[in-house]
Amino acid sequence: MRTAFIQQLIKEAETNDKIFLIVGDLGYHVVEPFRDKFPKRFLNAGIAEQNMIGVAAGLAKEGYNVYIYSIANFPTLRCLEEIRNDVTYYNGSVKIVAVGAGFAYGSLGMSHHATEEIGIMRTLPNMVVASPSDPGEAQAVASFTANYPGSMYIRLGKAGEKQVFPDNQEKLQLGHLHCLRESDSKNILLATGSILFDSVNQINELSIDTAIYSVPFIKPLQTEQLLKLAEKHPNMVVIEEHQKSCGLGCAIIEQISDLYATGRLKNYPKIHRLAINDEYVHIAGSEEYLRKFTHLTLSKDLFC
Amino acid sequence: MNSSDFAKQIREMSVKMVYRANASHIGGAMSMADILAVLYTDVMKYNPQKPNWEGRDRFLLSKGHACVSYYATLALAGFFPAEELDSYGQNGSKFLCHISHLVPGVEISAGSLGHGLPYGTGIALAGQIREQDYHTFVLLGDGEMDEGSNWEALMFASHHHLNRLCAIIDYNKIQSLGNTNEVMNLEPLVDKLKAFNCHVLNIDGHNHEEILNAFRKFEVQTDKPTVIIANTVKGKGVSYMENNLAWHYKSPNEEQYETAIKEIEK
Repeated sequence: MRTAFIQQLIKEAETNDKIFLIVGDLGYHVVEPFRDKFPKRFLNAGIAEQNMIGVAAGLAKEGYNVYIYSIANFPTLRCLEEIRNDVTYYNGSVKIVAVGAGFAYGSLGMSHHATEEIGIMRTLPNMVVASPSDPGEAQAVASFTANYPGSMYIRLGKAGEKQVFPDNQEKLQLGHLHCLRESDSKNILLATGSILFDSVNQINELSIDTAIYSVPFIKPLQTEQLLKLAEKHPNMVVIEEHQKSCGLGCAIIEQISDLYATGRLKNYPKIHRLAINDEYVHIAGSEEYLRKFTHLTLSKDLFC
Repeated sequence: MNSSDFAKQIREMSVKMVYRANASHIGGAMSMADILAVLYTDVMKYNPQKPNWEGRDRFLLSKGHACVSYYATLALAGFFPAEELDSYGQNGSKFLCHISHLVPGVEISAGSLGHGLPYGTGIALAGQIREQDYHTFVLLGDGEMDEGSNWEALMFASHHHLNRLCAIIDYNKIQSLGNTNEVMNLEPLVDKLKAFNCHVLNIDGHNHEEILNAFRKFEVQTDKPTVIIANTVKGKGVSYMENNLAWHYKSPNEEQYETAIKEIEK
């Protein structure tokens, strides 16, 4: 997923001289093609994330569209105040690209698990939060970001994620939920990130009739589309590799609640949330292992 | 207007603003007044009619709490009418008690410390890459040098030879709860900054000739970022405020206000 993103970024940078990539001394074997092609628009800021965000903010103020690439917690939690005060306050054109979503770096331990940052990033005004589910979506998100003039957080997996959608050239609209499978049943599965792949396999194994949507943008979410989906599919299952608090499930519930409170949605749907249950993981394990360990697995009883 | 008269007016306007709004931070605003006066009369390129003119020198106030003297500077430099400062700190005013970028001439908002220098480093880097000749000035508080982000930025700036970046430390030696050498000793500051590979100038931050001379030395520097340590007096210009921690917080009453104005006008 990370390679797909960087490759697309290289394509965009060929015709867009505003694109600037900064890495926090990470990205071995991923970012070098960009560095070699655009040495004047590439920088290794070292292991100093607070300064890295400040430098990015300054470059953005001078007209660049600045991408920051690092492992999930470092360019987010480590320098949260810099992001808030120096980037999103101005809606500056800084794109924080974080690899290692969820348990992607499972065995490296909690310091490398990105399991809270969706909630933290989406609370910041002006911040768009993207979380593609497969390499094709990562590419489409990269393409979107190249011409988006404001602040964004982009949550990527690692390497080797499988392609889920057949057409990886599809363009994504901001906030649009991306349909993988239609269904006339009451069920809908909403997933974000590479856990979508596992979820589709589980749906197929359990022979569940359900609509399946990827959520490549957690913020904003297109309200009108969500309203239609909630009316058509009143049994909603939301899965994400993130704490239950403040993640995708919460974002969906917030919107559904507002739609119901204002009378636009007549019947409140059932919303099942599969997320990490307010805990840290203290053991080693692959991403697949840790997903099971934290019960991020679909079961038949969640569906009608 | 020469820089001495400019500085006098900055001080008068600053005391007035703080008095009217019953606001804090007059001590640190007074200590940096001479630096601002020299910058805006004899050093910086700017156009008050076009605050975002591409060729302008960039000035970032990192010690955003001391903004009254910078607002006064911008008014005196012609960025907006001085009467607008009457709304400072009042409901609905754009003149926040920590510097706001929505005021014409202000590059960035600040308030949380340790942000201005990394931000300014990015601005200076953009200029270096595009071979533009503007200078970037960042004015920092001394207490603010406790923040690790500043040292990250200095390492970065010297690594990238950002010779058009000038940090000025308003070294009045008093921070929020005490003297800097008691809270978190910065000394030996000159040696530390030199060890970070900066071009360091240690001056009297109230002597206009020395201040100007330091900026002239910065302008011809070709390899390193410059740090000017401006040794100053907190509350400079008003006897009862000078070197007194209380004036980090206090606002003058009517009598104190009148005394202050008289002393500044002398």
